Amino acid sequence: MTNAERERRFQARIDAGEKIEPKDWMPESYRRQLVRMMSQHAHSEIVGQLPEGNWITRAPSLRRKLGLLAKVQDEAGHGLYLYAAAETLGVSREDLVEALLEGSAKYSSIFNYPTLTWADIGAIGWLVDGAAILNQTMLTKCSYGPYARAMVRICKEERFHERQGYEIMRALAQGAPAQRAMAQDALDRWWWPTLMMFGPPDEASVHNDALMAWGVKQKSNDELRQWFVDLAVPQAHALPLAIPDPALRYDEATSHWVTGPIDWDEFWRVVRGGGICNRDRLRARREADEEGRWVREAAEAYGEKRR
Amino acid sequence: MGARGRRGVRRKTALKAKRSAPRAESPLWEVFVQEKTGAPHEHAGSVHAPDAELALQNARDAYARRGPVTSLWVVEARHISATTPEDSPFLLGPGPEKLYRHPRFYKGAKE
Repeated sequence: MTNAERERRFQARIDAGEKIEPKDWMPESYRRQLVRMMSQHAHSEIVGQLPEGNWITRAPSLRRKLGLLAKVQDEAGHGLYLYAAAETLGVSREDLVEALLEGSAKYSSIFNYPTLTWADIGAIGWLVDGAAILNQTMLTKCSYGPYARAMVRICKEERFHERQGYEIMRALAQGAPAQRAMAQDALDRWWWPTLMMFGPPDEASVHNDALMAWGVKQKSNDELRQWFVDLAVPQAHALPLAIPDPALRYDEATSHWVTGPIDWDEFWRVVRGGGICNRDRLRARREADEEGRWVREAAEAYGEKRR
Repeated sequence: MGARGRRGVRRKTALKAKRSAPRAESPLWEVFVQEKTGAPHEHAGSVHAPDAELALQNARDAYARRGPVTSLWVVEARHISATTPEDSPFLLGPGPEKLYRHPRFYKGAKE
């Protein structure tokens, strides 16, 4: 069978809604794109623990601390699900982790922003996890079986993340004037970076068309972003807090909230390493890896002895 | 150490860093989870671990953080034999000529 014939059959399977499994033939570019997406997704879960981990010891009550601990633990677990799913494509987890540590792998830029106050933990749960859940809900229908199955598991577990964040925001927004101001400040700082999480606009996205044709994604970056804005704006109004966008308006004709222009220069600056915390995050990961080395080596030596 | 303490003298973290030794990789284990007694064990994902005991512990941490899970199996991935997509049509195809294996092939009381 020629490659062109194989590709035609592969596309026909996808168009028929079949799932692709690890041993099935797939175009090299499909495999490469999936490794890129899944490893970035895994790295994002792992690095995503850092901004929130910053507040575990300073959570304002035991209830908040339990919720935050469980959420950060979930993120470690979700990183592992995703590395495991990526490994089905023939890459090794250790190589992926190395790429993150040496700074050649990407992860979601949102985690290069600092968590300055407790309200940031509310804003991250509500906005950042809220945005991630929409993307992940779409990916439960992904054409690659192991990725779709990992997403089902993650979506089931993450439902509480967004709710605990919103609850924090509501407690602050309805609290004393200083708490209210803290909540508004967090929303002001996290709103625009959250909108950037969905990636560059469709006309500038280099991967979009191929990923849609392969059934990896069912919605474009802009469609996902619009879905999020339509959900988040009424949630902000219900708190009530103000969305930091003077141009925001509701369009009666399309029944959508329309935002002002997004600062894509900032997005690219942070992607390229110019965010406030890029270096901090890498340093924290490298230190954790170094400090955990003796545990890995001891477990390895013990396993070796028993084999 | 100057007035600014340790932070002042720490070298700036490099965005790109050459890494030295390659990482040792422990074996891969496939994880199967049973969600209630009497249900089948279903494949949930995989973990790395140097031995079965740690594989079970890692599987517990990764795949049983939330209930209900009544039982976990781990098996080293290299011990699993599986069909290939090329074999599958011959090994697993239902065979249209084998309709006599289905109840509808036979006439019941009402037909």
